[in-house]
Amino acid sequence: MAKRIDVSGLTAYYGSHKAIEDISMTVEPRSVTAFIGPSGCGKSTFLRTLNRMHEVTPGGRVEGKVLLDDEDLYGAGVDPVSVRREVGMVFQRPNPFPTMSIFDNVAAGLRLNGNYRKSELNDIVEKSLKGANLWNEVKDRLSKPGSGLSGGQQQRLCIARAIAVEPKVLLMDEPCSALDPISTLAIEDLIGELKERFTIVIVTHNMQQAARVSDRTAFFNLAAVGQPGRLIEIDDTERIFSNPSVQATEDYISGRFG
Amino acid sequence: MSTAAVTDKRPSTLRAASLPKWTPWAIAAGSVALGIGISAAAGLSSKIQWGLIAAVLFVLGTYGIAARVEGRRQAKDRVATSFVWVAFVVAVIPLVSLIWVTIARGVKVLDVYFLTHSMGVVADTEPGGGIYHAIIGSLEQVGLATAIGAPIGVLTAIYLVEYGRGRLAKAVTFFVDVMTGIPSIVAGLFILSLMLIFEMQPFGFAGSLALAILMMPVVVRSTEEMLKLVPNELREASLALGVPKWRTILKVVLPTSIGGITTGIMLAVARIAGETAPVLLLVFGNPFINNNPFEGAQASLPLYIYQQFANSAGSGAAYDRAWAASLTLIAFVMILNLVARGIARWKAPKTGR
Ligand SMILES: Nc1ncnc2c1ncn2[C@@H]1O[C@H](COP(=O)(O)OP(=O)(O)O)[C@@H](O)[C@H]1O
Ligand SMILES: [Mg+2]
Repeated sequence: MAKRIDVSGLTAYYGSHKAIEDISMTVEPRSVTAFIGPSGCGKSTFLRTLNRMHEVTPGGRVEGKVLLDDEDLYGAGVDPVSVRREVGMVFQRPNPFPTMSIFDNVAAGLRLNGNYRKSELNDIVEKSLKGANLWNEVKDRLSKPGSGLSGGQQQRLCIARAIAVEPKVLLMDEPCSALDPISTLAIEDLIGELKERFTIVIVTHNMQQAARVSDRTAFFNLAAVGQPGRLIEIDDTERIFSNPSVQATEDYISGRFG
Repeated sequence: MSTAAVTDKRPSTLRAASLPKWTPWAIAAGSVALGIGISAAAGLSSKIQWGLIAAVLFVLGTYGIAARVEGRRQAKDRVATSFVWVAFVVAVIPLVSLIWVTIARGVKVLDVYFLTHSMGVVADTEPGGGIYHAIIGSLEQVGLATAIGAPIGVLTAIYLVEYGRGRLAKAVTFFVDVMTGIPSIVAGLFILSLMLIFEMQPFGFAGSLALAILMMPVVVRSTEEMLKLVPNELREASLALGVPKWRTILKVVLPTSIGGITTGIMLAVARIAGETAPVLLLVFGNPFINNNPFEGAQASLPLYIYQQFANSAGSGAAYDRAWAASLTLIAFVMILNLVARGIARWKAPKTGR
C-alpha cells in the first residue's frame, strides 16, 4: 500500500542554522523519485524530515507540512514512532545490527516492535530477504552474524530489514555510494522491483543512477555556502536530463557546476 | 653511481649491516651481570641500585653497540625500544614480586579448613581459625553494594549518553566527577553520621551503602565510555524501523556494549572488594560468623587482614593468616577479572561468517 507524500513550505534547522528552506513537492505513490544536488545542499536533511528522523539530531527542528495521504506527519499528537513504521529508511553506510544474526536482523523491526505472530516470522523473513534479492545468498547461513556479509549484501540486508515491517514509503540516502558497481546494479534492479509495492525516494550523487532508476528527479541547490538549501525544480526524470527548465539544473547535470 | 658498480665490496644502499636478533638479550644479560659486578665491587647492598645500574648500562650499551654496527639512526631507534622495555620491566617487577610474596607467604595456612572456619574463640595471637566469616561478609557486603551501585550507575550513564541535554546533565556529570574523588573514609563517615542520627549499631549493609557510593561513579564513567562507542548509525537504524527509543536502548545499544559495561562493573567491584576504611567504620569486624548483613557486626576480607596485622602482637600465626587472606582476596579479584573478560569476549559483537 504505497502512499503519496505532499510537502509544503518545509524548513528545517540544526539549532539556529537553517539547513533547508521552503521546500514544496509531491511524491507520487508507486514511483521512484531521485534527489540530486551538490553536497551540503540539504538532501539528507530533507529526506530525514520525511520520516521525522531529523528531530533525532540534537537541535533538529522542522517547520511546514508533510502530508502522507492527507495526514500531516507534523500534526499535533502525531507519534514519530508510528510515522517511522510507515516510512522506512535505508542509510548511506550499511548498518546491520552487529549483535544479531542475519535472521534476527531482518526480524528486528517486528521483534522490537513486538507486534507479530511467531508462526509468521519465518515467512516474513523469507519474503523480505527474497524481496531484497538476498535469499539465495544467505538461506544457508541465516543464523550467522550479518556483519560477515559483503558490503553489497549488507546493504540488501538493511533493505530487507526495512521492508520487513511493511512500510508505505522507503527512503534511501545514497544507498550505493559505499558499494562496488556490481552491488550497485543489484540494488538498482531491486529498486525497480520495490517500486511496485512502495513509494521510493532516493538520494544519489550518481546522475546515471538517477537517470536509470527514477521516474521523477528533484534538483536541490544552495545559493552560497552557509545559505539554506532549496528545491530548484522537480520534474519527470527524462525532462530533467534532456531539457530542464532551470539553467542551474542543466549546468549541474552537464558538469558545468562550480 | 650506476647499478653495475654495485658489487659485493660496495654494499647496496638499501641493505645495511644489522645486529643479529639475539643482540638485545645479550646486551641485557651483559648489563645485568656488569651491574651486579660493579655493585658488588663498590659494596652497594641494595638490589634497587643494582637494577638501576643494569638498566642504565642496558640503554647506553644498546646505543653504543648499535651506533657502531648499524649507524646512528638505527641506534636511536633501538634506544627508544630499550627505554620501552626498561619501563615495562620496572612496571612489572613490583606486580610480580607482590604476587610472588603473597603466594609464598599465603599458601602456608591456606587450606580447606582455613576457608571453612571462622576465628570464633581463637585468640588473634594463636594459630588456627580461618576466614569463612570474612568471606561471607565480603561477599554479602560487596554483593549488596553491587546490587545497588551497578544499576544506578548504568542507568545514570544511560541518562547522560542517551537523554542528557542541558543543565541537568551537566550537573550530574559534575557530581559524578566529584564523587570519583571522594576518599573512601569520607564515604564511610557520611554513612556513619546517618547511623549516629538513627542510633544504629554497626552492620554489614551500612558498609554496602558506603561501598555503593564509591562504586557508582566508576560504573558511570566506564559505562558512559562504552555507550559512546556504540555507533549512532545503529541507534538511527533502529529508530528508523519505528522502534521506540527506550526499546532501542534496551535491545540495540545495551546488547552492543554489554561486554564493555560488564568489564567496567567487574573492575569497580574489584576496587571496592579491597576497601578497608569504610568497612572498619561501619561494619566493625566480628570474629564469629554472621550471615545476616542487616544486623550485627560482620567481618570482611580486607578488614580481617588489617585486624590480623593490627592485633597480632608480633604473633607469626596472625601474620600467616593475614597473608593467606590477602591471597584469597587477590584470587577473588583475579577471578572477577577473568569472568569479566570471558563475558566481554562472549558478548562482543560477532564478526566472521
Ligand atoms: N548533524 C548536523 N548538525 C548540524 N548541521 C548539520 C548536521 N547535518 C547536516 N548539517 C548541515 O546541514 C546542511 C545540509 O547537510 P546535508 O543534509 O547532509 O546535505 P547533503 O545530504 O545534501 O550533502 C549542511 O550545511 C550541513 O553542514
Ligand atoms: Mg547526504
